[in-house]
Amino acid sequence: MNQYLIAMDSWYILEKLILIGALIGLSFFIAMYTTLAERKIAGWMQDRMGPNRAGPFGIFQPLADGGKLFFKEEITPTSSNRFLFLLGPALAMIVALITSTVIPWGASYVGETRTVALQVADVDMGILIVFGIVSVGVYGIMIGGWASNNKFSLLAAIRGASQMVSYELPMGLSLIAVLFMTGSLKMSAMVEYQMQHGWNVLYQPLGFLIFFVCALAECNRTPFDLPEAENELNFGYHQEYSSMKLGFYLFAEYINMFVSSAVMATLFFGGYDIPFFDEAAWQGSALVLSALTFAVMMAKVSFFLFLFIWIRWTIPRFRYDQLMNLGWKKLIPLALINMLISAALLLFLNK
Amino acid sequence: MQLTQRAKSVDRHPLTWLESIYLWNILKGMAITLRHMFMKKATIQYPEQQRTFSKVFRGLHVLNRDEAGRENCTACGLCAVACPAEAITMEAAERQPGEEHLYREEKYAAKYEINMLRCIFCGLCEEACPKDAIYLSQTFAPANYARKGFIYSKDELLIPHPINEREAYVKALGDRQPPHSTTHTN
Repeated sequence: MNQYLIAMDSWYILEKLILIGALIGLSFFIAMYTTLAERKIAGWMQDRMGPNRAGPFGIFQPLADGGKLFFKEEITPTSSNRFLFLLGPALAMIVALITSTVIPWGASYVGETRTVALQVADVDMGILIVFGIVSVGVYGIMIGGWASNNKFSLLAAIRGASQMVSYELPMGLSLIAVLFMTGSLKMSAMVEYQMQHGWNVLYQPLGFLIFFVCALAECNRTPFDLPEAENELNFGYHQEYSSMKLGFYLFAEYINMFVSSAVMATLFFGGYDIPFFDEAAWQGSALVLSALTFAVMMAKVSFFLFLFIWIRWTIPRFRYDQLMNLGWKKLIPLALINMLISAALLLFLNK
Repeated sequence: MQLTQRAKSVDRHPLTWLESIYLWNILKGMAITLRHMFMKKATIQYPEQQRTFSKVFRGLHVLNRDEAGRENCTACGLCAVACPAEAITMEAAERQPGEEHLYREEKYAAKYEINMLRCIFCGLCEEACPKDAIYLSQTFAPANYARKGFIYSKDELLIPHPINEREAYVKALGDRQPPHSTTHTN
């Protein structure tokens, strides 16, 4: 009996390790090709072609970009704090990668002997973990800006930190209305709730909108990319960074985009739920169902990634006072009202 | 004072609450960018596709040969006189017996240089030439590392031999008529 348990456990660990490896690989792959999509879509929206020289349709462009970053000279400013200077991009990258662990990427594969969940950790307080880890991401920016020992970097870092702190508040408030409905912090439970009752975005359109705007701000995407306002306020907190350290910061941003798209899909758009289809009624092989749900999840994520890119190439960035006004005077009251109305409606309907 | 009929007064009213969350205007902007995504692109994929030159494009000079491959130029100097940029220099020489297959008339240009940095590609040399010996082709001078590389000498300007290097000759001729079929009217 004991031996059996140990055997099971080692399989379990192996399964999770494979899943973690796959997830990290997936994050890097998606982030790489988001950079290509970004440049392609930017080109199309500006009546250009976008990169199309490296391989057919430019599909090797991300490799070329990455190779370029690796081979560039790496400069560490003499007056910088070396340890913190290294810690900044590392932290940004680690934080970006950790968040994806609690997201369910597809329906669990139910085999004859065992079920394999397409999720590294189905934690009871899943969404809170995401929030907790994302807020650590501020340190990547702050440490990077501070360790550069450059006043402009520091100012940009403070700008970025204040932005992220300001927009975390309405993000959390808009989330509470969703939690009222699903009644669980567990990501898989949220998806199951939406499978039965319809997607949350139908009941919480305002909540989704606020969440989406805040997600843009959390990812430092236009119109909220003040931390790295490269053309008017220097290059931002990574001004002193070069080579792959800079690459890590930029790459972490794309991974953040990917993960926050996945979080939005899970919270508001039914996660891996296939629209207009009852997964429980599936007759075919469980493996196909898992693959299908994973594909649907990826389609939703791609849609959000496209939305991020679309917005970036449409609007210019906000002024700092506009940013703060929007966050504190518009989004927080809106999120509060949304929360109160949802609470009142839920109470009223339950009675 | 009204300067134009199209003048509009600037609207400086404070933003209404709906305007202050920017949403509607952002959506309008996004509709515009989405429309542009599917528009025809103006790009020409350069090395594969090339923009066609106009029929009257005046590019790099070519020194002509007749149908037997003899040089047309007699070093009369009219092109150099006509040139407003003073880009053309030449030295004349007399044709020796036995050189009849090289030069069409008794006098020829031993040295013929055009400074492409001076040249303004006006085509006056082509108009001035009585022997149909110089014309402007539909290519342009490629980039170079040094100034002296832009001074084109005779062997760079001369059109390939029409019999010995037929293919290169036809390519260099481009859209133009072969020299013997052109008749001077002006």
